[in-house]
Parts: sequence; C-alpha cells; structure tokens
Amino acid sequence: MDETLVRHIARLSRIELREDELERLTRELDTIISYFDKLRELDTTAVQPLVHAVEDADVLAPDDPVPSLGAEAALANAPRHDGSFFCVPRILGADW
Amino acid sequence: VSDLTTLTARDIARGVRSGAFRAEEVAEASLERCRVVDPRLHVFNELQAERALARARDVDRARSAGQLLPPLAGVPVVLKDNLCTSWGRTTCSSRILSTFEAPYTATAVRRLEEAGAIVLGKTNMDEFAMGSSTESSATGVTRNPYDPERVAGGSSGGSAAAVAAALAALALGSDTGGSVRQPAAFCGVVGLKPTYGRVSRYGLVAYGSSLDQIGPLARDARDAALALSVIAGHDPADSTCLRRHVPDYVALLAGETRPLRIGLPAEFFGEGLDPGVRRVLEAAVEVYRRSGAEIAEVSLPHSSVHRDASGALASYAIACYYIVAMAEASSNLARYDGVHFGFRTPSSPEDIVDLYSRTRAEGFGEEVKRRILLGTYTLSSGYYDAYYDKALRVRRLIQEDFGRAFERCDVILCPTTPTPPFRIGEKTQDPLTMYLEDVYTISVSLAGLPAVSVPCGFLDAQGTRLPVGMQLIGPLFEEGRILEAAYRFERETGARVVFPGAAT
Repeated sequence: MDETLVRHIARLSRIELREDELERLTRELDTIISYFDKLRELDTTAVQPLVHAVEDADVLAPDDPVPSLGAEAALANAPRHDGSFFCVPRILGADW
Repeated sequence: VSDLTTLTARDIARGVRSGAFRAEEVAEASLERCRVVDPRLHVFNELQAERALARARDVDRARSAGQLLPPLAGVPVVLKDNLCTSWGRTTCSSRILSTFEAPYTATAVRRLEEAGAIVLGKTNMDEFAMGSSTESSATGVTRNPYDPERVAGGSSGGSAAAVAAALAALALGSDTGGSVRQPAAFCGVVGLKPTYGRVSRYGLVAYGSSLDQIGPLARDARDAALALSVIAGHDPADSTCLRRHVPDYVALLAGETRPLRIGLPAEFFGEGLDPGVRRVLEAAVEVYRRSGAEIAEVSLPHSSVHRDASGALASYAIACYYIVAMAEASSNLARYDGVHFGFRTPSSPEDIVDLYSRTRAEGFGEEVKRRILLGTYTLSSGYYDAYYDKALRVRRLIQEDFGRAFERCDVILCPTTPTPPFRIGEKTQDPLTMYLEDVYTISVSLAGLPAVSVPCGFLDAQGTRLPVGMQLIGPLFEEGRILEAAYRFERETGARVVFPGAAT
C-alpha cells in the first residue's frame, strides 16, 4: 500500500483526501491490509464461497405492481431540485 | 407503583391494560427521566416528546373505548437512529444525513407501534453503525451509565444506555458484527441478534447487507422474547426476510424447563480474555452446572484468537468479517452522493465527480472513510480474489465449525466481549484494537446465527462496578433455545435488573 494506490482508491471511492489524511490513511490501510493477509495461511481451494448465511433462502413473490414513492416525496430530501428533477453541476464538457 | 420507569415491558403493558396506570403517565415519567439523564449520557440524537405523549393518549383512549389492547400497549421504546421513521430525522449519527427525513417507516418499527409501543426518540450510534463505542458518532459519544468516563459500547450504544438507565423499557438496535450484543454487555442489559433473515431489514439503513439484522435490547430475557415475537416474521418488502414460522417465544419461556447441553468453545476462553471477565464467566458456567445442565467442550478452530509472530492478537474471523463488511459497506454507501438526499458540499464543485468527492469528504467521518476505502480496495480489479473471494471461503469454514459444535450441544456459551467497558478515547488511535472488541461476536454474524448477550455479573475496576455479559449462541432459527437458556440463568440467580448510579 502506497500513496499512489490510496489516491487511486480514493478516486474510485469518490472521496477527496487532504494531504495529511493521505499520509495517515496510507499507514493505517497498510496495517489493516497486512492483517487481512493472514487469511492466506488457510487453504481454501476445496471450499465454496459462502455469500449468504441461510442458503435455502429463495424468496419469490408474485410480480404485482404496488404504489411506490411519488416524485414529491422522492425529491423532498434533495439538496437541490426544481420540483421535477434533481439539480447537479454540469456533467459533460464546458462546451455544453 | 413506586417508579413507572423501572418496570419491565410486560409489567407496563399489564398495568396499562388493567388500568393500574395510564400510558400517558408512563410516557411522562420516562420523558422526564430522559430530560434529566440525557445531558449526562448523551443517549438521544432526537427526543420526540410530543409525538410520544400523543401516541400514549391514543392508547389510553382505546382502553377507555373498551378496545382490547395489544401486547406492548404503553411501553416506552427507543430506536437506533439508523431505523427509518416517517416522522423526525434519521441521521445514522452522520453529517451526511444530518437533515434526512425518511419518507417511510421500517417494518420492525411499524410492528412495534402496531403492538402499542410508544417511541420516545432516536438514539445515538457509531456513524453508519461502524464502530464499537459510539465514538465515531458525529454527535458525540454516549457515556456508560455505570461509569460516565467509559463508553457504552457500540454501535447501538445509545439504545443500550437507554434501557440500562431506565429511560425506556425496550430498544431496537442493529447488529452487523456485534452492535447489539456488545453494548448490551457493556451496559448490563439483554441484547439479542436474531438469525439473519428472521426480522425484516426494510427501513434499516444498510451497512453490511449479508450481516445486518435488527434486534431488541431489554431488561431481561422475557422482555426480549416479547419484543422479538412482535418484530419477527416474513415481510414482502425485504427479499432476505425468511418465510419461516415464528414460535411464540413468550409461551416457550413460560413452559417447562427442558434439558440443556451447553458447549464451551476453548478458543473463546483463552488468549486475549480479560481475567476479570473470565472469572465472572466461569461462575456463570457453574450456575448452569448446578442447575443440571450438561457442560461440554466444543471447538471453533477458524474463530480462534492467537498471538502472531509479533505478539499481536490475531483472528481469521476478524479478518474475514472486516473484508466482507467493508466490501458491502463501500457498495451500500455509494448512494450518499450529495444529489438525491442528505448533505451536499457548500463549496462550488467544478463538475459532478468533484461534487461527489467533496460531499463525501466533508460528510463522512474518519472511520466511515477508512471502511469505504478498504472495501473499494478489496473489491477492485486484481485484488478481488485475494481478499473478497478468499473471505467468503473462510466464512464457510467458520460456519461449518459451528455446525460441528452444535452436534455436541444445544447452546454455545462464551464471553460477549474480551474486556469490560473501556475508557473513552482508549482505543480510538488504533483501528485494529477497536476491531478486536468484536472478536467473540463476529463469527456468529458471519455464520448468520442467533445470539443473545445476557448480564451475568460484575467485576470491580479500581472501585467501579462494571457489568459483564455472556453470549449464548444457538443454531439457525433457534432464538427460543437461547432465550430459554438466558431465562434459566435469570431464575437460577434470582437476577433482577440493576439500575446504575448515573441513572438514579
């Protein structure tokens, strides 16, 4: 784990890091990842991954539409909206 | 009745039903206590007094009208602040949700209210349930009612402290790796994590979706059984909530005492366990032995705690748990983007990515950022097999260990936590030390099993009496079995709820 990699992960995570944070996090993440590496001591080649604790849980339901959240309620917590849409800064290049 | 706030939930409901006192009187007494105690402990993110009183008056009117009252009529409850309510705020103790008002109510909360419970407010927690002490809360730490210099545990610290300090008879928390059981142990109350899928997660803000489960905190096993009966059962709004029969847990505890075989995992009584906690646990095992229970030694090799070459405490289960939970967290928390709801950076971002990155930098606390970054790393191209896939395989090994252990016993008994409640600030400098707090609870979560933390005694720490919790673990769907074992201990010891000094 080095600062370049942490910068890359932060970019993927959409979290801006300050320079002092970057240095501290690189140290901390490195320690924690080393801890994770202990799992290599275990041979798991013949073991299937377990995603869900209760594997017989296949819950099916009839495909009936039910009322969902209306636009007004869905927008009520938005930091900025115009009554119908969420407002964001421009997504495409400045020419647009 | 001397003090309505120290009654059990079932006694409150019985009293309200019989007319011995009114629901409004109970709510008033509880709210008064909240106002006195909260400034000292910081239990609440939001106290909802007016709504609580109005709801209590509704219960009283229903009784006057001759209606049959439901099982929790008039019982004051508090809710961890990651349970959505269509009233008030749901903040997860995070700046990023500090103004969020949920448009709907969690199923478990709706069921509590339909059973007549009176919600007093929303309780403090570690930010997004990431922590074991509530120290990662953006609203400040919740103090332990037994010693305000110590933590109440976490992440459901506010809920546990509320029940211990007689602010509410019941609370709901959520448990991903121990977040109901560990604060219950630290605050001397009962805390139950049901089988994964037993209680609907609809309306619970997601952290680690394959692990998260809502659970009750209560003053004794019978109250926990009552609360579980109300919130458990299938919910079409949560596809992971199982269609399984929910037994009548209250009736089960009222029934005949059945034979009990208790398994003690050697791995959870060795390296890393505080000697004081160990002594209290050994005495609890003796209580069971004297009551006629069979005691057997069992083994959970992949959950063992050992010293590595450097002398540090190591556990495969801890590594496995944090890989799985952080991976799921990084995905679940992607929704906080400064666009759809919640906080948005007040600065002027250049573009949408800049908006996301600044909003999340300013809105999330340190621990949450750490976990998102680690989760993103373990899921990223080139590392997925080495970490996430590996952890899922180890998860199966951990679950299989439990399967073998339950061939030899009905219930597994072990400490809930390796240490008594620690001092505020003691473990915040080193994330790994904090993660080790969960060493006895996380493997249970990975295996999806039900477990309950039960107060089993006290230890003396430089003149302060601190509560110790024991964890009773059952096979999948056997909440009844562990609650029965908990109730057996309470009867054998004549245990009564002890209210700590800070509350009185």
